[in-house]
Amino acid sequence: MTDLREQETLEELRGWLADNWDPERGLVEWRSMLADSGWGMPHWPREWYGRDLPAGFTPLVDAEFDRFGALQVTRSGIRMLAAATILEHGSDLHRQKFLRRIITGEDVWCQLFSEPGSGSDLAGATTRAVMVGNKWVVNGQKVWTTSAHKAHWGLLLARTDVDVPKHAGLSYFILDMQQPGVEAHPLRQMNGHASFNQVFLTDAEVLPEFQVAASGEGWNVATTTLMHERRAADSLRSWGSAGQPGTGRIYEEAQEEIRTAMAPYSWYPQRAGRVDLVMPRAHETGAIRDPVIRQEIARLLIMHKSAEWTAMRARTAQQRGRPQGPEGSLGKLASSNVARLAARVHTMVSGADAMLAGPEGPCDGTIAEILVSFPAASIAGGTDEIQKNIISERVLGMPKETRFDTDRPFRDIPRNTVS
Amino acid sequence: MKFGFSEEQEAFRDVLRRYFEDRSPTTEVRRLMATDQGWEREGWNRMNSELGLAAIAIPEAYGGQGFGLAEQCIALEEMGRALVCSPYFATAVLAASAIELAGSEQQKLALLPGIASGETVATLAFCEDGGSWDVKGVALEARGDGTLHGTKSYVLDGQAADLVVVLARAPGTTGTDGLSLHLVRGDAPGLERRALQSIDETRRIARLAFDGVEAEPLPGATAPVMERVLARAAICLANEMVGGAERLRADALDYVGMRMQFGRSIASFQVTKHKAADMLLDVELARSAAYYAAAAHDEADDGVVALASLAKAGAGEAYMQTAIHAVQMHGGIGFTWDNDTHLWFKRAKVSEVFLGTSAEHRERLVAYWRD
Repeated sequence: MTDLREQETLEELRGWLADNWDPERGLVEWRSMLADSGWGMPHWPREWYGRDLPAGFTPLVDAEFDRFGALQVTRSGIRMLAAATILEHGSDLHRQKFLRRIITGEDVWCQLFSEPGSGSDLAGATTRAVMVGNKWVVNGQKVWTTSAHKAHWGLLLARTDVDVPKHAGLSYFILDMQQPGVEAHPLRQMNGHASFNQVFLTDAEVLPEFQVAASGEGWNVATTTLMHERRAADSLRSWGSAGQPGTGRIYEEAQEEIRTAMAPYSWYPQRAGRVDLVMPRAHETGAIRDPVIRQEIARLLIMHKSAEWTAMRARTAQQRGRPQGPEGSLGKLASSNVARLAARVHTMVSGADAMLAGPEGPCDGTIAEILVSFPAASIAGGTDEIQKNIISERVLGMPKETRFDTDRPFRDIPRNTVS
Repeated sequence: MKFGFSEEQEAFRDVLRRYFEDRSPTTEVRRLMATDQGWEREGWNRMNSELGLAAIAIPEAYGGQGFGLAEQCIALEEMGRALVCSPYFATAVLAASAIELAGSEQQKLALLPGIASGETVATLAFCEDGGSWDVKGVALEARGDGTLHGTKSYVLDGQAADLVVVLARAPGTTGTDGLSLHLVRGDAPGLERRALQSIDETRRIARLAFDGVEAEPLPGATAPVMERVLARAAICLANEMVGGAERLRADALDYVGMRMQFGRSIASFQVTKHKAADMLLDVELARSAAYYAAAAHDEADDGVVALASLAKAGAGEAYMQTAIHAVQMHGGIGFTWDNDTHLWFKRAKVSEVFLGTSAEHRERLVAYWRD
């Protein structure tokens, strides 16, 4: 876009905001106006609630909202993954039925990919979708599903053909979550929280028009969803704010929405090890006077700062349009090492108090939560083992893992008998 | 520029990498490490006349190029990578920093141009028989008549240096009081130099005995100045270590890619792949810290001393760990003299303790950051 057109576009937006922004509107009402005007998702096509503006222009639009003190659409959560997937692979029917209510936030979405028997090996999903009469009938079990208990719609990856190799037998559906064949149960984690669900699908039904892309195209479509999920994971922290804090009905509704969305993740900072608490705790407990513990604290600080600077190097290279060096692929692995070491150091610093959980435990139970949450850091979002495979294969160019599952029908592949 | 280099800096690195690939292949490293001195004037002079390496970080007013520590660290990283045998670290890092930070204007004008040109090979005699890199450990006496009495040890290129900068203290003082720096000619009467046998034959160390050696004092030697000299040196060494670690990592990766066992490339074993990924992470984290510390020095950030210790401890651990993995990845051949891995392995071991062990630097880091 030329500078002139950019200026005209922003001028138009300012005029629109001046005419329409009112903090006493309801959140859904305001977001409906953002959908209809296209200002909420300016990089989307004009015919689908957007304005056909380049993706790089969206931050300028958002900055204008900020300056004005108006709330912009919350562009995170599974529903936005759904929107991106539907825009790219869906039919006009899907776009018509779902996109608007995704922008307004009226519909809750969940992602039905992982299964008890296929975690890292997502394409090994065994949940079956079979055409019975004029409907798809789905049976199987999904896991690690955020918000399944309150979701209206689910992005479902299911197997429609076991006679072809695994990736080719997958299909992608939009599942009505509020039907009798869908049962969501919270899945309690070792840290006591239940941030996710397991979902049991028993003769759940999907109308043929709610399939996304053709049968056998499911893996391709799921890749789009996952790609957007990775990007969203990088900006998860942005959930914390809802623009400029202001007064009015809309801010209250927005704050409430964030609180609800964030509640299942209250332990995430603890999962990462809470390096920020180490030094204050060491002073509090007197561990700072112990030379052995000081050594471990230093190791942790060195690793933590070095990992942070490595991430900054990656970001700097990206901003300068330089080819990404190896530093870009190391963040996930570095952060699970940091989390593991931090938990060890917190234990040394706390001594016997490391046994105590709950309000009587150190830092009102926060230390205990670190000690029972950090193992998630090296599993969730790609295990350390998968990360190391990716680094060694894609960054270092080492040979790919020998596979036994790509050249024969899925039905002949050894699978989990226990899960 | 803590998180990236300018185009000019990248170009400088490319030039150096090609130069050292050409001039310091391991055949040359092995030839030089078998000589008495461990390096030769001819190669040292060429490096300085062709590339001006000793001059990089010396201010222009004193015959240098006036670049920052970041540029000097690029050179050191490349030297570490090629295991260049030269008195660079002793001369252009240790002695040059001490003279620049503690010397009088007159002394800097007299001495730094010779160091910048490479004509003067110099070093800093800091630690003594205890091996402590803490000024409190200095016992060598500078008496009222201007003579030095005592011994210095682990002095880098101490036997070959034309000029030795000696850290001393006034008789009867302790701790951080009474410190002083002195210039001594390498052939000064009363100075007895003895080569120590180092694990690392590519980098020589010596024990220097001073028996009433006449010396010229540098006026500015205080504990904080010595701290700055050591911080610079630690940052430089960290960057040199990163270069060596990266070389070891890359060579080991190449080797496993060629080695076939059980009918397959050993690089296809997941245990090898995961080790390679861990090695990459170790080296990249150490690299980030080394780069950050050098840039922080040039940007005159607060707390550079702490960052120097962070970078030194981080690189020290990463280099040694990488060296251990590199030998292991080579298997039996990695334990032979003919294989080059041990050359870097030994530099890693010596660098780990030179200028203070990783544990000492971790202790310093916590001392700086505890509040």
